[in-house]
Amino acid sequence: MSSKRKKRGSEHLQRVIEMCKSIEERGLDPFNVDVDDILAVIQKYFPEWESLEELCLDAEAIHHLASIIKLQGDWVKHRSTSLYTDPFLLEEKIRTLSKEELATIFLEAWYPVIELEQISLHSLAEATKYWQSLLPLSERWLKTGSLEMETGATTREELVKLRILAEKSFLEELEVFWEELKHRVGGEEKILYWDFIGADTHYETIKKAYMASFLVTYGYATLELYPLEEEIFIKPFEKSRSMLGKKQMVSIPVSISFEEWTKWKGGKQN
Amino acid sequence: MKRKVYYTRKIKRATHLLFYRRHRKPGVKGWELRRKLGSDYSKVLKILDGHLEKLDLQVKTVFEGEKPAGEPTLEQLDKARFYITLRGGLTPKETKMMGWRIDDIAGLATAISYIITKKGKAPREEVEDLLRNKLPGWRVDINMSRYIRSGYLAEDENKQLYLDWRTRAEIDQKALVALLLGTETEASIS
Repeated sequence: MSSKRKKRGSEHLQRVIEMCKSIEERGLDPFNVDVDDILAVIQKYFPEWESLEELCLDAEAIHHLASIIKLQGDWVKHRSTSLYTDPFLLEEKIRTLSKEELATIFLEAWYPVIELEQISLHSLAEATKYWQSLLPLSERWLKTGSLEMETGATTREELVKLRILAEKSFLEELEVFWEELKHRVGGEEKILYWDFIGADTHYETIKKAYMASFLVTYGYATLELYPLEEEIFIKPFEKSRSMLGKKQMVSIPVSISFEEWTKWKGGKQN
Repeated sequence: MKRKVYYTRKIKRATHLLFYRRHRKPGVKGWELRRKLGSDYSKVLKILDGHLEKLDLQVKTVFEGEKPAGEPTLEQLDKARFYITLRGGLTPKETKMMGWRIDDIAGLATAISYIITKKGKAPREEVEDLLRNKLPGWRVDINMSRYIRSGYLAEDENKQLYLDWRTRAEIDQKALVALLLGTETEASIS
């Protein structure tokens, strides 16, 4: 096969792929594609493809053509259902009806979902406790006066000792924590939040809760809340699914006060 | 007597589960109801539905995919989502109390019915053009965002619009199209 002919063939297949893609993505009429005609083109060039790239291009064209055939099948199926209506006829109807008529018709087919949102006494008590322990902004943002210090050099080991630098990077530590969560969950899909973060000391519990909050924020795990049972579960994902910046995030305050920790520890011992 | 107490307790539990939003979306999955109410949860829901009828409410089952032709299997019920919805229709005055203007409802009706006729998927541009016919341009974008935010419509990265979970839960699609075309309908697809 001459290189000129090969080039023409490859361009032809590219055009076929582009056409199929635009029909798939833009929801155009799949019957605009003459499947027999395109199959004949693919068949015509196939015996002469040699390189991996050429064969991949051929496979891609076949793949997109198969998608078009599926769309044609769906189209026929939809036409045979009772939901099928000629879009032009309906569009015409919508254009001729007034806003009031459209709204009245819609109300006859609309059955809105009923749902309630109500704060429980327990959540209210928790929130009050949190509010009482919250320092005023002026105190939280209090700037400490700078002290004049003699400057000197320090080493990484010293910074680690002073807990300014961590021995492992934060992400490494987070991934180790994620593995621990997956291990603790075992065969189940989730674990009670308190059973996971609860530790022998209150300090360790706070540290684990802090790490757990990053697991959730960075998409390594998710929280499941059961307000009626007042239970919170933490569920690890197999792969990280970070939603930061993509989706509206929701903050879930969880109290890990000393009293809560003592209650949990007491319950565990019993 | 014991039986009556048993079902009264279960109905109360089912009412709490179905009325209060527990997740991001309202409604409860079948498997969740089975876990909380026991394997006879369908019977509990049937009794609850009977009670709700007096209040013009109903327990609505929305199956994953199409509604099964015969009796749904346990697996289909487990995957279905259960909601409490109105049983009868609303009057235009009542919609105002819900924060919906007549323009918003007419726009929603137009968008949904157009997407239905396009096999459940239509370019946003086409739907917006249709809405611009009756609504001022600046309102069209606000309304579309509202429909998407409320879960009536969903949009993909190719700017294609689809019917979302709330449309499947709240709207009798077959009745809507039939009413728009001025024909009578008895059966419901939902």
